[in-house]
Amino acid sequence: MDMIRVSGVQKSFTLHNQGAATLRVLEGIAFVAGAGECLILQGESGAGKSTLLRLLYGNYKCSRGEILIRHDEQWIDIATAQARTILEIRRLTLSYVSQFLRVIPRVSTIDIVCGPLLARGISSDIAARKAGDMLSRLNIPPRLWGLAPATFSGGEQQRVNIARSFIAHTPIMLLDEPTASLDAANRDVVIELIHEARTSGVCLVGIFHDEAVRQMVATARFDILTAKQPEVA
Amino acid sequence: MTEAQTISGADPHYNYGYLDEQTKRMVRRALLKAVAIPGYQVPFGSREMPLARGWGTGGIQITAALVGPADCLKVIDQGADDTTNAVSIRNFFARVTGGRTTQKTAEATIIQTRHRIPEKPLRADQILVYQVPQPEPLRKLEPSEVETRNMHAWEEYGLMQVRLYEDIARFGHVATTYAYPVMVNERYIASPTPIPKFDNPKMDMMPALQLFGAGREKRVYAIPPFTRVRSLDFEDHPFTVQSWDKPCEICGSRLSYLDEVIVDDHGARIFVCSDTDYCEDRRADAASLGEGA
Amino acid sequence: MDMSIYSQAMTPEPLLQVQDMSRYYGERVGCRAVTFQLWPGEILGIVGESGSGKSTLLRCLAALDQPTDGQIQFADDGQWLDVPALPEPKRRALMRRAWGIVHQNPRDGLRMGVSAGGNIGERLMDAGERNYGQIRRVARDWLARVEIDPDRIDDLPQHFSGGMQQRLQIARVLVSEPRLVFMDEPTGGLDVSVQAKLLDLLRALVRDMGIAAVIVTHDLAVARLLTDRLMVMKDGVVIEQGLTDQVLDDPQHAYTQLLTSAVLV
Repeated sequence: MDMIRVSGVQKSFTLHNQGAATLRVLEGIAFVAGAGECLILQGESGAGKSTLLRLLYGNYKCSRGEILIRHDEQWIDIATAQARTILEIRRLTLSYVSQFLRVIPRVSTIDIVCGPLLARGISSDIAARKAGDMLSRLNIPPRLWGLAPATFSGGEQQRVNIARSFIAHTPIMLLDEPTASLDAANRDVVIELIHEARTSGVCLVGIFHDEAVRQMVATARFDILTAKQPEVA
Repeated sequence: MTEAQTISGADPHYNYGYLDEQTKRMVRRALLKAVAIPGYQVPFGSREMPLARGWGTGGIQITAALVGPADCLKVIDQGADDTTNAVSIRNFFARVTGGRTTQKTAEATIIQTRHRIPEKPLRADQILVYQVPQPEPLRKLEPSEVETRNMHAWEEYGLMQVRLYEDIARFGHVATTYAYPVMVNERYIASPTPIPKFDNPKMDMMPALQLFGAGREKRVYAIPPFTRVRSLDFEDHPFTVQSWDKPCEICGSRLSYLDEVIVDDHGARIFVCSDTDYCEDRRADAASLGEGA
Repeated sequence: MDMSIYSQAMTPEPLLQVQDMSRYYGERVGCRAVTFQLWPGEILGIVGESGSGKSTLLRCLAALDQPTDGQIQFADDGQWLDVPALPEPKRRALMRRAWGIVHQNPRDGLRMGVSAGGNIGERLMDAGERNYGQIRRVARDWLARVEIDPDRIDDLPQHFSGGMQQRLQIARVLVSEPRLVFMDEPTGGLDVSVQAKLLDLLRALVRDMGIAAVIVTHDLAVARLLTDRLMVMKDGVVIEQGLTDQVLDDPQHAYTQLLTSAVLV
């Protein structure tokens, strides 16, 4: 089942305060991604992979084109949707796993990871247990669970981020270099998590700088520069 | 000393009741408006009176506007007929009306009072005129006249309730013992004047007309007969009145408001009724019972 | 001009509707031609520098000032209220019941001579609450929610720190569960460390209670943390509006780009 339909997407940035320089980053982007797929965006550095991901999330504004997301049995065009519609889509359907944990002050690690479960009405003890299991899988020791992650290392923060992002799936998940700061062991855990998500029906679109990881997770690839339809990996 | 007295001849140099007829008309109009809106403060053109502001000029103007040859006037000050001020005002009216005055509550048609309500229940044919120092019950909370008028207009009385809350939080009970604010006819909060809170319940559904005059502040207000008057409180901290553990030393009453009187230089004290007429009546009754036995 | 305060009945979807609203001071523009809608639970930020018109806009929205032109409508009980045309008693009733205003300086929003409990309880007493015990319970509960020790319920706000006063003001406003809250620089004037704590609290409370809010701030970090949508104002005009993260991460207008590049957000 298709979950994302992108067509005719163009993105330019106009830097008004730098002589109105215009950067045309994406041109004529079109693809389709479905449930149970993991679509890798590929292209060299600066090609606009991250930009495309952010466009899908509504974080960047499309200059032209359509970005259709399947939400609650309907197709919604992110490029023209109202703010509150996009927020609801982000709450229920579309999540974005970035490279960095956005640190909200004073919320403990376990609470951060419990959050998405509690938001779905799961009781706090069950949520806490699942959160603990997930954190353990990602090698975050229990002694850190009660602390806010502000003082953790980059890798630890990223693993907390991964835990929060994967503990409760949304139908579509966008992954922006999720393994960037992780060692091999933890990277493998993330690959497992991606696999589990995919087999449970999630539509994943991701950027991975490591070709080895791409090999492990991709079911299809989309090349930004050639903008060809995805080839099956 | 307690019979109704007739002093022949009003002083011919003054208009009947001292005020000119147009002024009386103005005051009566203001009073009619006040009666029509129970508890609402009606501004009026307060006149210069032959005594200074702060000595009852508001009450006197109301009495002057109402008194007629058929009336019988009683004047009390803190419950007593024989204090200097009560005597002065009573004599003033005797002089400018030639009319009857009395010290007996039951005989009076108009009773002008400072800071007390008579113990003896009043009748529908009587009028109680209060002397008012500060007509605005919210003044201590809100110094701005503009604001307090708005608060009355829009029935925004939360602040008054907050004041009561603060008292209970600080002292465990409402600390106000006199001039305890009342809600008149479930619409306007009014000041009952500095009567002891003991007297507040008497205002509720009183058969007599209650009129209030503030000369300095230039306001009158009214509580028509048989109007609901409720002292402000909380459900779980209801309004209560004062009580004493001794009866009146003179008449033995346990039901009236008692004044504390120091009787010697060693601090010995007795409690006696504040309402002299009431006390006197009780004493006379007890004496006649004793004689009859 | 149509003076009726109720227009024809509409679907109760948006909570606040502003159409072409302007406020002039003679020749000078306070704000001009502002148009937007606000839905229940949405948090709208208004950012701009001093003189941008954001505070003027907020004052007009909160019925503290009369617009010169345009419409402001609030959905109340299934009907639209014409806010500027509201008679004074209805406006005040609305302020007490359905709206709240959090002032930048907590002293403007608190009664400094009344205890913390009295401050929180006032809206309840205004609404007719007559049970002292109940008022105390609710006040203590709210003090805890805004992270003030409930044992300070009888203390005067004069003796609170600036951050505590601001949190007390928030409790005082939120106790009546308003549907729409206006905030003017809610963290302005507070130490940076205190600001973070307060922002955190505000975010949680507003989300938990599903309140719609309009927040004026010059601080983009505050906007990013607290708001869903953002309007950028310059010289009295809204030059850009949209999803907060979109406006801040992909600003389209020259001025917005200037604003966002000037700070590390």
